[in-house]
Amino acid sequence: MGANKVVTFLRKYMMLIATVIVVIAFYFITGGKTLYPMNIDSLISQNAYVFVLGTGMLLCILTGGNIDLSVGSVVCLAGGVGAMMMYNWRMPWFVAVIAMLVMGLLVGLWHGFWIAYVKVPPFIATLVGMLAFRGLANIIMGGFAIPVEDKTFLNLFGGGDSCYVPDFLSFIAPDSGLNVTCMAAGIAIAVGYVIFTFVNRTRLIAKGYKVESLGAVIVKTVLIAAVVVWFSYKLAGYKGIPTALIWIALILGIFAYITTKTTLGRNLYAVGGNEKATRLSGIDTRKVMFSAYTLMGVLSGFAGIVNIARLQGSTPTYGVGYEMDAIAACFIGGASAYGGTGSIGGVIIGAALMGIINQGMSIADTPVNYQKVVKGIVLIVAVLFDVIMQMRRKGAKKKATSSVSSEKGGAQS
Amino acid sequence: MAKVLLEMNSITKTFPGVKALDNVNLKVEEGEIHALVGENGAGKSTLMNVLSGIYPYGTYEGDIIYDGEVCEFHNIKDSEKKGIVIIHQELALIPYMTIGENMFLGNEQGSKWCIDWNRTYAEADKYLAMVGLSDSSKTLVKDIGTGKQQLVEIAKALAKNAKLLILDEPTSSLNETDSRALLDLMKKLQREEGMTMIIISHKLNEVSYVADKITVVRDGSTIETMDSKNQEISEARIIKGMVGREITDRFPKRHDIKLGDVMMEVKNWTVYHPEFSERKVCDDVSINVRAGEVVGIYGLMGAGRTELAMSIFGRSYGIGISGELMLRGEPVTLKSPKQAIEAGLAYVTEDRKGNGLVLSNSILRNTTLANLGGVSKGTFIDKDKEYEVAQEYVEKLKTKTPSVEQLVGNLSGGNQQKVLLAKWMFANPDILILDEPTRGIDVGAKYEIYCIINDLAKAGKSVVMISSELPEVIGMSDRIYIMNQAKIVGEMKASEATQENIMACIVGVSGESSADGVGSEA
Repeated sequence: MGANKVVTFLRKYMMLIATVIVVIAFYFITGGKTLYPMNIDSLISQNAYVFVLGTGMLLCILTGGNIDLSVGSVVCLAGGVGAMMMYNWRMPWFVAVIAMLVMGLLVGLWHGFWIAYVKVPPFIATLVGMLAFRGLANIIMGGFAIPVEDKTFLNLFGGGDSCYVPDFLSFIAPDSGLNVTCMAAGIAIAVGYVIFTFVNRTRLIAKGYKVESLGAVIVKTVLIAAVVVWFSYKLAGYKGIPTALIWIALILGIFAYITTKTTLGRNLYAVGGNEKATRLSGIDTRKVMFSAYTLMGVLSGFAGIVNIARLQGSTPTYGVGYEMDAIAACFIGGASAYGGTGSIGGVIIGAALMGIINQGMSIADTPVNYQKVVKGIVLIVAVLFDVIMQMRRKGAKKKATSSVSSEKGGAQS
Repeated sequence: MAKVLLEMNSITKTFPGVKALDNVNLKVEEGEIHALVGENGAGKSTLMNVLSGIYPYGTYEGDIIYDGEVCEFHNIKDSEKKGIVIIHQELALIPYMTIGENMFLGNEQGSKWCIDWNRTYAEADKYLAMVGLSDSSKTLVKDIGTGKQQLVEIAKALAKNAKLLILDEPTSSLNETDSRALLDLMKKLQREEGMTMIIISHKLNEVSYVADKITVVRDGSTIETMDSKNQEISEARIIKGMVGREITDRFPKRHDIKLGDVMMEVKNWTVYHPEFSERKVCDDVSINVRAGEVVGIYGLMGAGRTELAMSIFGRSYGIGISGELMLRGEPVTLKSPKQAIEAGLAYVTEDRKGNGLVLSNSILRNTTLANLGGVSKGTFIDKDKEYEVAQEYVEKLKTKTPSVEQLVGNLSGGNQQKVLLAKWMFANPDILILDEPTRGIDVGAKYEIYCIINDLAKAGKSVVMISSELPEVIGMSDRIYIMNQAKIVGEMKASEATQENIMACIVGVSGESSADGVGSEA
């Protein structure tokens, strides 16, 4: 019984524990450099696109392990068009932003149509997109790199030197050397989280629901609150809250809500878990697939925005391999390659772990090609763990289910 | 007396909670055609799976003595080496390979590193000639009909040097002519090659035509073996052996039944198979059900019951559907499961893992899947309400689970069935079609499901219960339709029904083009 509990615990928090171990390991390997405020800051800005694309990819993967190979190309296409609008045609930044999102939307609709209604296998439909949109991006940009200089755009979407939330609370402690707004926001979030957790718990108890034991909740809440405060302290020690972080948080928040609390989210899980049963429950599974790829498209467009802001321009080769980062983040975060399971929380951990490993190895001067090998190994280990756990569970369950299979054998007689 | 080729002594096979085989004895003499007959789930296939090593040595009790020696088969390869070859009910041929490639799949001709295609096809042609098939062995399997495919299966078995051939429902997907040809081939193989064969079949006329001996299996036990040399075996005699079970009060009684208006009426319903578009899976079927009534549809596997139900339920199965569907006296057209649900219909599938439940989701999520609108405002799910609903049904149906957050995949069959029922009860239909509602669950859970069915009928719902268990149909229904080979072949009040006269309806019909269960029923 006790061993079983340990296994369950490990299953649930394996990747989180792994992340902590990796952070500590790199801390010592690099002599503490990885935890410099500046490096934490760049961890966020460099990986913003992974969080955004991973979120969209999760939706596709949930529907049955389907992936979208085209996202890298779409990031490039949307970004390229946006950069041209701002630089070549001198259009206002918000027009460009809307245009990039619309481009993503159109791409999503295009993929959704072929995949959901014409039943082209997602792998092929998006492979087509990967090739075609990359080509299109090259054609439109004429093969040139295009800079983005619009200051407002850069500041808003996380590029350049001042893409941070202004420190309008600095008057409180002007000589602390910290970004007070950032610190205050961190503390506010931590306190808010603690209050919310306990208010919600009380409400659930009042309604007579089963809840986790108080001890576990306290440990969990305190840990999360501490991490938030620590994180904001680090950021406050540099330049404050990067605007990219706000966008990431916004998108993760919205999609965490969609996947857990809306009918669309529920249907994504159901389709991935058992498409036939879902259809026979009166749900239009085509619409569900269509929605997943449409949202993926919009998020790709948004990743394009974030990407050209950070890199302050666009070239026809941007976004190569982004799809793989997004897919890896989902699988490391526990999404099933067969669909039906996975969560935004998992994507956050997956993306963060990949980012931390990337950055840690760069700081430790690991050659780029070795870095790739290590990333590959991390992916197989993460998935392997899941597969082994599944087998264990099946083994334990075999007794319970074999009565059903016996009947199956009998029914054929 | 000929030599005894195979002897299975006191075979007992238990699955947790179920004794699938209980002390079964079977003796097969060399060169005879031995038939195994019995109801669905009687244990015939389980017995053959034990024999062929699908259930490996050690998972059952008892001895298999084959050709004079005690055998311990650990997998199919072991039994095939000895010459025991099983041909399963569903054809196991790969459509885009040639006949020759299929025949020697896993048994490739030539050396280890190089397949000798000339030899493969020459050998294949030899065996094809043996089964009387004139097609070239280079023909793709998808280009020949099901009748010929069945012959290819036999040729494939012969190519493995079969000495004992087991045919599991070989004619279930064949029409009359092809069936007859197959049976004659069996006789020819027996005559010319001295082949020993075991045939499993529901079609009693075929069995009495081809078999030398008939063993009746019932509830996991061999009841008797009849020898055609000593006695004339009539179909009535076989039926008596098959169903001679007492109906005890395994069924809760319903009191003061109040029948309302006709809620659903299906007229001249004809459905074609989605892949073999010339084959009818439902042929001119007309049924009706009243409010507060439990109507049973009895039929064996592949009779077309599931196809009928699914085609009614928003055309979720079949093509070329014609006929009239009336709900509450009004003709309706239901083009999707969604429309069917909105019209007050529910179809509780027999295949709860494949078509019914999302195993990777919780009880909670499965319960509300067919009626998410019932617990949400617009697109936003009211989680508290959802929890309450799931909790309510868990209590109402006595589902055994630690919490509603439990994954359905971790539940036992009976409890899964309850979750499936809960899902459809929460969708609040007027008419429920229950397809094999008690398949694969233990006796206690069955009783509880029966109570739920009775409660539904009492609440004025119309219930159509599809089942291939005779006692269940007779014990639970107010009225019974009997379906066989895509047609309704009989209708009777439950009070008039006996196991014998229901079975007589079925064997009374000599099938023409038959419908097999295909994926949906298998």
